[in-house]
Amino acid sequence: MLQQQLERNSSNSSGGNKGGGAQSRPSFSLRGLGLRLLGLAVIDAVASLFVITLFGDGLPIVAVAIILITIVVNWVFLSERLYPLRWLTPGVLLLILMVVYPLIYTIYSSFTNYGDSHRLTKDQVIAQLKTQTYQGANGATYSWTAYRSPDNKFKIILQNPTTNKSFIGDESGLKNYDAPATLPTTLDGGFQKLTPFQAASQEKQLAALNLKNDQVAIQLISSSQAQELLSKYSFDPATDKLTDLESKVVYTPVKGTFTSSDGKEIQPGFTSLVGGENYGRIFSDSNITAPFFGVFVWTIVFAAMSVLLTFAFGLSMALVLNDPQLPLKPLFRSLIFIPYTIPSFISALVWAGLFSIIGPVGIFSKTVFGDAFSWQADPNWAKVMLLFINTWLGYPYMMLICLGALQSIPTDMFEAAILDGATAIQKFFRLTLPLLLVSVAPLLIASFAFNFNNFGLINLVTKGGPPDPATTTPAGKTDILISYTFNLAFASGKGSDLGLASTISFFIFLIVAGITIFNFRFTKRLEEVF
Amino acid sequence: MASVNPVQAKSTTAKKVREGTLSGAKRNNIIFKLIVAILASLFSLYPIVYILSASLNPVNTLTDIIPKQVSFDNYSKLINDPQYPIFLWLFNSIKVSTISTIIIVTLTALASYAFSRLRFKGRRTGLLAILLIQLFPNTLAIVALYLMLVQIGNIIPWLGLDSQGGLILIYAGGALGANTWLMKGFFDTIPRELDESAQMDGATPTQTFLQILLPLIRPILAVIAILVFIGTYADYLLAKVILTSKDNYTLAVGMNLLIDQQQSKYWGQFAAAAVIGAAPIVLVFLLLQKQLVGGLTTGSVKG
Repeated sequence: MLQQQLERNSSNSSGGNKGGGAQSRPSFSLRGLGLRLLGLAVIDAVASLFVITLFGDGLPIVAVAIILITIVVNWVFLSERLYPLRWLTPGVLLLILMVVYPLIYTIYSSFTNYGDSHRLTKDQVIAQLKTQTYQGANGATYSWTAYRSPDNKFKIILQNPTTNKSFIGDESGLKNYDAPATLPTTLDGGFQKLTPFQAASQEKQLAALNLKNDQVAIQLISSSQAQELLSKYSFDPATDKLTDLESKVVYTPVKGTFTSSDGKEIQPGFTSLVGGENYGRIFSDSNITAPFFGVFVWTIVFAAMSVLLTFAFGLSMALVLNDPQLPLKPLFRSLIFIPYTIPSFISALVWAGLFSIIGPVGIFSKTVFGDAFSWQADPNWAKVMLLFINTWLGYPYMMLICLGALQSIPTDMFEAAILDGATAIQKFFRLTLPLLLVSVAPLLIASFAFNFNNFGLINLVTKGGPPDPATTTPAGKTDILISYTFNLAFASGKGSDLGLASTISFFIFLIVAGITIFNFRFTKRLEEVF
Repeated sequence: MASVNPVQAKSTTAKKVREGTLSGAKRNNIIFKLIVAILASLFSLYPIVYILSASLNPVNTLTDIIPKQVSFDNYSKLINDPQYPIFLWLFNSIKVSTISTIIIVTLTALASYAFSRLRFKGRRTGLLAILLIQLFPNTLAIVALYLMLVQIGNIIPWLGLDSQGGLILIYAGGALGANTWLMKGFFDTIPRELDESAQMDGATPTQTFLQILLPLIRPILAVIAILVFIGTYADYLLAKVILTSKDNYTLAVGMNLLIDQQQSKYWGQFAAAAVIGAAPIVLVFLLLQKQLVGGLTTGSVKG
């Protein structure tokens, strides 16, 4: 039905298009229209397939979203007025789907308790609870008779003396049974009736039978009697309350867990909005506050020191290589540049190996600082190691941009300075550096933002370690915010907490946005728009 | 700029005149700089020489920088080790990066053409929106992307979690914003008269784009393509979260596995893998240094 609807939609608008479109665009081509219609037909067909599956899977919201997107796409590609949008639609759709939507979804998740103990939806939890049963006093009682086949399989006939309703059950479940006045001694398949005494000796096998169907569950309670089990929980959607029928306790959902008035909770919980709880935890839960601020400070120190060290080192090399009298300049430039060309995941792993206890740097350090020395186990030395490696990774880039910037500084300024009797140090700090910073500052800030989220280096070299023994949250001593987020969400033995992970992501958003907006003050990009 | 050149020329001739009688202080200065340059080169090269030699050293040791014997043992072991299918991972990396690159370059070219050449309502807003959106790398939304792919995977498995299709979509979406801006800037430098005259001759916008502008923007297309390729090739976080089975890994995720547990046992093979994994990118960089430097210094930071 949906397919028809979509097709009708596309044929309608294409009909209207044939008249007006040809006039408004002199270069209108029939082949172009044919290709477009073909493309749209394919898109509509695929979308319809999706929509049908989605409705089948019970995801109507996503299905409606896809219908809307498909209609927009059809509209854009058939209306001549929206011609410019045809060039944008594919890219913009992908941008919305893979950047904008995930960002919004992250913010939404930061207000939920999604995580290990709250992974299911409310409906799933209720459905799961409804399968639980208990043996209640007002459960109907049955008398039972057992049968055994030669290959040692069992069947049981259950009879309710008051209602005369009977069931027959085996390992596959419970079925209705039309019981004659006296039960037969044999059943189809060679099943022989057992005396109560014989049955008692087979207690274990009989108890293992599956005496359940969609409506009733029955349990054997004595050598002659069985009792119907009752549903333990009933849920009333109108009042949003869950009642334990056995203990008569009423539970109401509190932040994704059914909780009684005296604080008893039913596991599992379900995903639910918890307001600003995750944000509150960061500032008030002592298990999280201390490691979070440790991680936060180190993230800033790491990013700032990385920029400072790579810039200082890169600028020094640029000053050296900028001397026109230095021989073999292109060779040195290429050699120093090489680290930058190697994919960083490879160089990080290589350095991790060199610094390890069996690597040359690790062995050398032991001979200098003593056997107890370890780059990995001591948090401060681990930080030094990370900064050292990051400097190696980043200084060639800084050298490159500084070389470019140095060459664009007008030389007549220096000659004037020399005439005024400036020393080399004065020349550098009063002239070279300020002029250089004007052109390089935006790149330094971009580099700060990049290192702020340099997950690869941290995860590959130290995995955030050494671990912080004082905390229950998966934060190591060298973790930065993004790697802490990763640990919380995906890689921890301490349980995954996607809600908190999203909250920390949101903090990173804010910081990165702040940095970049600040950066705009240095660039002219914004002006280009107008 | 033109006014600077004579000054520069003058100062270099002045230096050339002095060169014959290089003063003691000046000579010491040059020698000092030469030593610094040599030390920096050694610093840069140390791990590289080290890993090259380890890859050729049949003895699994991390301590010798010059191997006592040289062989390609590690490379042949690597080829024949089903536990660590390096070449499959390398192939995956190249596949994922290539497809992402093609998608990104195509879509950014289309979008930036519209932003540069066509006038429509919401153009400025659109540009500003893209500028804002690209502030946030989508690696920050990693939790949401993970959950999204789980849901998508229930309907289309080849775009879901643990699929390279899903990873490619994430890469493609994430790189669109910044590159659209880069390419739009380049489009703006091409005189509008060119396409206006083509359209006077009856060319459609599509024809103008394909036949007039595309050949002209080829340099920036190449730069964006290479930078995107290198960026996705080196991505670690997204690939690590999205790809969960060993056969789907990219090199960045797989290599870590190789020395994760038994560092010393697989060091030689790891070294060989590092050489194989780095070689293509290093070559691209060294061959296209000049073209790439322009793209790098306009603000993209390599991953």
